[in-house]
Amino acid sequence: MHIHFLDPYRPLRSPIHSLDARIKFVLTVAFILTASLTPVAAWPVYIFLLAVLLVVEILSGLGIGYVLKRALLALPFVLAALPVIFTIKGEVLFEFHIGAWLFTASAEGLSRFVSVALKSWLSVQAAIVLAASTQFPELLQAMRAVGIPRLLVGMFGLTWRYLFVLVDEALRLMRARMARSGQSGEPGRKPGGSIAWRAQMAGGMAGNLFLRAFERSDRIYVAMLSRGYDGEVRTLPLPAFSGLNWLTLMAGVFFLGILLIFGTLLWG
Amino acid sequence: MLFSPIHPMHIPDGFLSTMISVIFWVISILALAIALKRVGKDLGERQMPLMGVLAAAIFAGQMLNFTVAGGTSGHLLGATLATILLGPWAAVIVMTTVVSIQALIFQDGGLLALGTNLFNMGIIGVTVSYFIYTSIMKMARSKSWGIFAGGGVAAWFSIVIASLAAALQLALSGTSPANIAIPAMGGIHMLIGIGEALITVGALVFLYSARRDLLHIDEAEPKGGKAIWIGGLAIAAFLAILSPLASAHPDGLEWVAEQNGFLEAVRAPLYNIVPDYIFPGISNQNLATIVAGIFGVLLVFGVALGVAFLRRGQSNQIHEHPQQD
Repeated sequence: MHIHFLDPYRPLRSPIHSLDARIKFVLTVAFILTASLTPVAAWPVYIFLLAVLLVVEILSGLGIGYVLKRALLALPFVLAALPVIFTIKGEVLFEFHIGAWLFTASAEGLSRFVSVALKSWLSVQAAIVLAASTQFPELLQAMRAVGIPRLLVGMFGLTWRYLFVLVDEALRLMRARMARSGQSGEPGRKPGGSIAWRAQMAGGMAGNLFLRAFERSDRIYVAMLSRGYDGEVRTLPLPAFSGLNWLTLMAGVFFLGILLIFGTLLWG
Repeated sequence: MLFSPIHPMHIPDGFLSTMISVIFWVISILALAIALKRVGKDLGERQMPLMGVLAAAIFAGQMLNFTVAGGTSGHLLGATLATILLGPWAAVIVMTTVVSIQALIFQDGGLLALGTNLFNMGIIGVTVSYFIYTSIMKMARSKSWGIFAGGGVAAWFSIVIASLAAALQLALSGTSPANIAIPAMGGIHMLIGIGEALITVGALVFLYSARRDLLHIDEAEPKGGKAIWIGGLAIAAFLAILSPLASAHPDGLEWVAEQNGFLEAVRAPLYNIVPDYIFPGISNQNLATIVAGIFGVLLVFGVALGVAFLRRGQSNQIHEHPQQD
């Protein structure tokens, strides 16, 4: 079974896809940093950032819908920020009672809440565009270029390579469990056993998965040895970073910097 | 959905103040640098493929859930298992790999927030697991019940303590009030921790009967183990004591959060330069500004959707003709 569904990369031809991964990586981080540093309630800056993001999403050919659907993932976390509407003191917007509790919403609290939600929404979209328009090996190169230690980048690469294999293993284990315990898809039918028993079954499967991982890593190690592995992580030299690439990178950073200064001065 | 969309522990971008994000990036990078050095020195070349594949296994293992009740399910984070199987230093690197790939590829947790998430799930998860597991193993004199009790208790505490850290970071960022975030996060994770503990024990029971040698029962403490043990104790004690205090007296934390916003006061005069923009029909100026902001977002969004729609029309036309190349 192939689980390409896990890989967020969408193979398309677009200016965003063909952009050097190093530019994309640095600019994505810079974009998220800009969103983070933008003061609360600097609405025009948020709108500008969103506009930039949407342009990139359209240019990349991924489509806004695709990005938005994946961006929903971070949505439940907004609940964590919800209480600030009522706990930050300021101009009273409205009040209501739940039982004996009085909730007072303040304008400052609402500003902060909406800002947090917007920042999070912008950041997650930027990260999605990066992951969907860049192949993982290119991303690894970008990480190496910005100075992330070789051993760590090597680990990321190995993990990525075997992720799909082990997710397949996990899916096989789960299918076997379903077959054995006759789990029904019908609503209202209870799964078998007590919660502790089910947990122990899941635990046994996790142990089994780890054992398979251990044994597979043995075979991988032997295969690596036979290809001349001596404990050193070797990588191909990075491709040259052209003048045009530098220009694109600098222009992006410059634009975000200007936006940030503008936002901090006016709304900070 | 294959991966549960709600990982309350993976903080997305936007929820932490830049200050907190940067502080925890620095701490995590320092800890990671030490761990990388140790792993590079103490462990053989054999470790590299093992760690990589095990990180992939932890990732895949997070899919193995079990039904608890009403659509909720317990599943695994894996810091404790990684600590027991690989030792603390390698476990930090494995958890770093897992959490980083989750953030980079699956947007499970933010990129700027990654330093903080690494701290919570990698460093706290591993050091607290190590401290509790080795303590219980010592008490049990390495008997088998020590492995299971130690693994289960360590798994529960690693989840709960890490969640307290996340709640404190959110409170310090001014995103969520301490007296709500700490009990809520702590409470949820006391339940989630039970699932983690049960699965961890299940996995250890399986590994104990299948490959006892993997559990390193009679091995000497790894180098630097004492330091991690003390670190785990300190973190666990600090967060366990600080959290109820902060949650009872949130003012202290809010004071720190306010300091992050001190620029607002400094730049107040500049505010007057900006012409007031008011949304028609709303007399409350503060509310009007917020509504104007949201309206602007929607407007930009609408325009972009329009452009996207037009482009789609074009590309559909292209696709109507069979492509020859």
